Amino acid sequence: MTQVNRLTGGQVDRSQVLNFTFNGKAMQGHPGDTLASALLANGQRLVGRSFKYHRPRGILTSGSEEPNALVQLRSGAHQEPNTRATVAELFDGLSATSQNHRGSLEHDLMAVTDLMSPFLSAGFYYKTFMWPKAFWEKLYEPAIRKSAGLGRLSMQDDPDSYDKGFLHCDLLVIGAGPAGLSAALAAGRSGARVILADEDFAPGGRLNAETLEVDGMSGADWAAAAIAELNAMDNVRLMTRTTVYGAYDHGIYGALERCTDHLPTSAGKPRQVLWRIYSKRAVLAAGSTERPIAFGNNDRPGIMLAGAVRTYVNRYGVTPGQQVAVFTNNDDGWRTAADLAAKGIAVTNIIDTRDAPAVCEVPGARHIRDAAVMDTVGRKGLKAVTLTSGQVIPTDCLAVSGGWNPNVHLTCHQRGRPTWREDINAFVPGGDLPPGMAVAGAANGSLTLAAALSEGRNVANAQIKELGFTPSRKPAPKAEDEPSNGMAIWHIPESTKRAWVDQQNDVTVKDIKQSYREGFRSVEHLKRYTTLGMATDQGKTANIPALAIMANCTGKSLQDTGTTIFRPPYTPIPMGALAGRARGQDFRPFRLTPSHDWASKNGATFVEVGNWLRAQWFARPGEQGWRDSVDREALMTRGSVGICDVTTLGKIDIQGKDAADFLNVVYANAFGKLPVGKVRYGLMLREDGICYDDGTTARMSENHFVMTTTTANAVLVFRRMEFVRQCLCPDMDVHLISTTDGWAQFAVAGPNARNLLRKVVDEAHDLSNEGFPFMACGEVTVCGGTPARLFRISFSGELAYEVAVPARYGNSMIEALMKAGEEYNAVPYGTEALGVMRIEKGHAAGNELNGQTTALNLGLNGMVSSKKDCIGKTLAARPEMNRDDAIRLVGFRPVDRSVKLIAGSHFITKGDDATMANDQGWMTSVAYSPSLGHSIGLGFIKRGHERKGEIVRAVSPIHETEMEVEIVSAHFIDPEGERLRA
Amino acid sequence: MIINHPLLGPRDAAEFIYLGDASLIDRPDWQDEGADEKFYEYGYLRDNPAGEHQELWYHEQGDRSWLVVTRNTLTHEISKVELARDVARARGRSK
Repeated sequence: MTQVNRLTGGQVDRSQVLNFTFNGKAMQGHPGDTLASALLANGQRLVGRSFKYHRPRGILTSGSEEPNALVQLRSGAHQEPNTRATVAELFDGLSATSQNHRGSLEHDLMAVTDLMSPFLSAGFYYKTFMWPKAFWEKLYEPAIRKSAGLGRLSMQDDPDSYDKGFLHCDLLVIGAGPAGLSAALAAGRSGARVILADEDFAPGGRLNAETLEVDGMSGADWAAAAIAELNAMDNVRLMTRTTVYGAYDHGIYGALERCTDHLPTSAGKPRQVLWRIYSKRAVLAAGSTERPIAFGNNDRPGIMLAGAVRTYVNRYGVTPGQQVAVFTNNDDGWRTAADLAAKGIAVTNIIDTRDAPAVCEVPGARHIRDAAVMDTVGRKGLKAVTLTSGQVIPTDCLAVSGGWNPNVHLTCHQRGRPTWREDINAFVPGGDLPPGMAVAGAANGSLTLAAALSEGRNVANAQIKELGFTPSRKPAPKAEDEPSNGMAIWHIPESTKRAWVDQQNDVTVKDIKQSYREGFRSVEHLKRYTTLGMATDQGKTANIPALAIMANCTGKSLQDTGTTIFRPPYTPIPMGALAGRARGQDFRPFRLTPSHDWASKNGATFVEVGNWLRAQWFARPGEQGWRDSVDREALMTRGSVGICDVTTLGKIDIQGKDAADFLNVVYANAFGKLPVGKVRYGLMLREDGICYDDGTTARMSENHFVMTTTTANAVLVFRRMEFVRQCLCPDMDVHLISTTDGWAQFAVAGPNARNLLRKVVDEAHDLSNEGFPFMACGEVTVCGGTPARLFRISFSGELAYEVAVPARYGNSMIEALMKAGEEYNAVPYGTEALGVMRIEKGHAAGNELNGQTTALNLGLNGMVSSKKDCIGKTLAARPEMNRDDAIRLVGFRPVDRSVKLIAGSHFITKGDDATMANDQGWMTSVAYSPSLGHSIGLGFIKRGHERKGEIVRAVSPIHETEMEVEIVSAHFIDPEGERLRA
Repeated sequence: MIINHPLLGPRDAAEFIYLGDASLIDRPDWQDEGADEKFYEYGYLRDNPAGEHQELWYHEQGDRSWLVVTRNTLTHEISKVELARDVARARGRSK
């Protein structure tokens, strides 16, 4: 097919030909075309099927407000559904397909739904598919979902990359039409830092689409000159293909820049960039959107907005039809007739709803006054229209103008409400604009070119003057005020056929009236009941006519009827752009300890803890699964010596004269009398008395403590300690710093721990049981002078130490420890063996400190000092948390030792039914103890401390298991603690 | 949102962590008469004003200052930003 509808003129580069396909058919266009203009040039009027009734649809508009011409672009993983053909820039090799039809676009098998339309009116799925109830989920909804819906996702990972960026300016100008260019020129000349953003690839807005003159030259030429001047200014950044989609607090705007959508490939560059623009002031110059008039069968391909028709003719050099009729209620529709006639296109009739003389001379056109279109024919392309008089007019393109709506959207993003202006029959920005924003031009209801140019300049000057800039004295560009009168006509009541208001959602005038009759009368109810104004176009062409029809029904004014709330984004934003670089693993980067590579090389399997990767176990050749490795690690540690990377524990350095007093506030137990060179276990409560976190704190010197927290709570505990320091104890002499990343730390545990460390810690330091007893700490040197800290603390219950070195020595330290341990068969162990050994010792961990349990529940109530205040002390004393029958942490073992305990099982007293009312507590942690040779568990059970030896039922309805378990001490191994003091 | 940090100037709200009502500074004395009732109110009861609200923000991705931000909950206008430590002292939390 050749470009049958291509004219001369316009802003396309005819010296280059771009080849593209639509539904596999080869077509041609030129640089400067959109897909929509190129389709029209090639005579393709039918471009899609409608959402609900699968009606044949064409192109209605020439901009981002397009409801109909949604297409799927590209193929494979790059496939993108629901793209508006009117904003898709043509490039060589583009492949586009139509959507939402079964079979071909011309012969859509689903078109039968159009015949069923009497059953599918507004709210049909709330009524029609109600019974039988079970059919909804299994039958009705999947069937409806399959037949409705628009394009399809590729179902593959998005191969493109996206980016985010931050920009700052004095003045953000949104829209580069006449008002925006005039505003940017004024502000730029004053020296202010200006960002000018426009969604189009060619700045100029309507100047590119009109034949109006500015300063004695064509609008497009003036725009080109203005852009050249702006580009030459260092203080102005011009951003094309950039949609400012939202107005946020404190002058922050969101913008989406489409960087490579107009190119065949992204070639490694980000496809789109999501910008956050920090502005001191903003001028909204977003222009206006033409609205249609609703009449019978007004959705046929070939029926277009009048402004769009002349955009295609003037800007793209394409005529949408060969025999055009205009249907208008205002002066602006006449410009379409005049512009087309000037290009030699046959304009046969101008049907004006007003009983008024011609607005201008249009050669060859018949002016029909006080008339309206009532119906149309031509299922896959307009053939003729019928007037209310019964007259039939043959035409292949009907240009419809119902007046223009200012694009007030961004003025409402902070709950502003627009105001109805009777004189222009449109909503204009209300008084409650986002702070710092001013509106100019058509967006402000100043609908003529001269008004837009002068208002743009004046508003920008007022804005920058407030910032202390001296406005340039250069006057606003000169233009004529074109005629812009109109009358309020929203739909043609004489039409008996379906008249479409929202073409994207297939909402008709009848649906709106039905919504009214059924009581859904507020605009928000109307929207939700009929889906009017939803989906990709957000009702940009549909909302105002719909509100006016509802206002007609209710007898209210349009001001009282109001609009639905406009929310960001102004136009759709791809999820990929919102995600930016935070995809896959980059969404939540891992933290790695200094010995990570060493662990990888030694067979570690890793587990995510907080953001860290920790070694879970170290598999050796021949082991048949994780249990083999974990059992070996636990047994070899208890048998000789094991080494575990504990770098991930939170570490907080606390210094100052009041450091001990400070610790007394944050910890439940007392730290004032902790001697220098000693470590103490500490328990933190929340202010409501629930246990929060635990760890050890070492007193390195009189005024210097080193705290450890759990891995998961490291950030939260530090934040809370800063809160206590600054907000509760503002005059304490104490300073905090997180040193989690500063130190690599290793636990060395087992009967040979001292022997191993003796080979690593420099000789000057006494490691004997007397010289460095249980809970001792100190500064030492290792490996011949490397500074280190040594703590004699034990989580495993064995003779154990933790040695910390500056993080940069972490990898060397693990290698030195393993080498020194060779003669003792030292084994690295992971978090699983750590867990086994702590359960064997009855130590609480995350499963027990789960945000529901108190110190009493954990058996640690003796630690809550009665002599001092601490966070959580008072509320922990509440009676309900101290009942006699409170749950207590105890150990459990299966009566039948061969049975595996199940974590999460609930305890039931023998003889009772397994019901909620009889619930006695639950199993928190279980492990297979290789030392004992059977499964063991920790758990909470009512009065557990008094019930040792009792046998209860452990029931898990989820696992459908039940077993008898014996209540025992939580200290399964070495209950007297002789090993750790050895 | 932008928070005008008293030491560092205007900073994006994304650098901060929100905690809540600045009344959390007014932690009761454990030895007061009726301390349990006071702690209950301190821990659980908050005003929810439509308008000016004093609240605690923590500059976690910055200098670790706790700030008291006076923000209008209807408009998000921030009329005052103070160091929480200064507010705590002014409210009598000095030793």
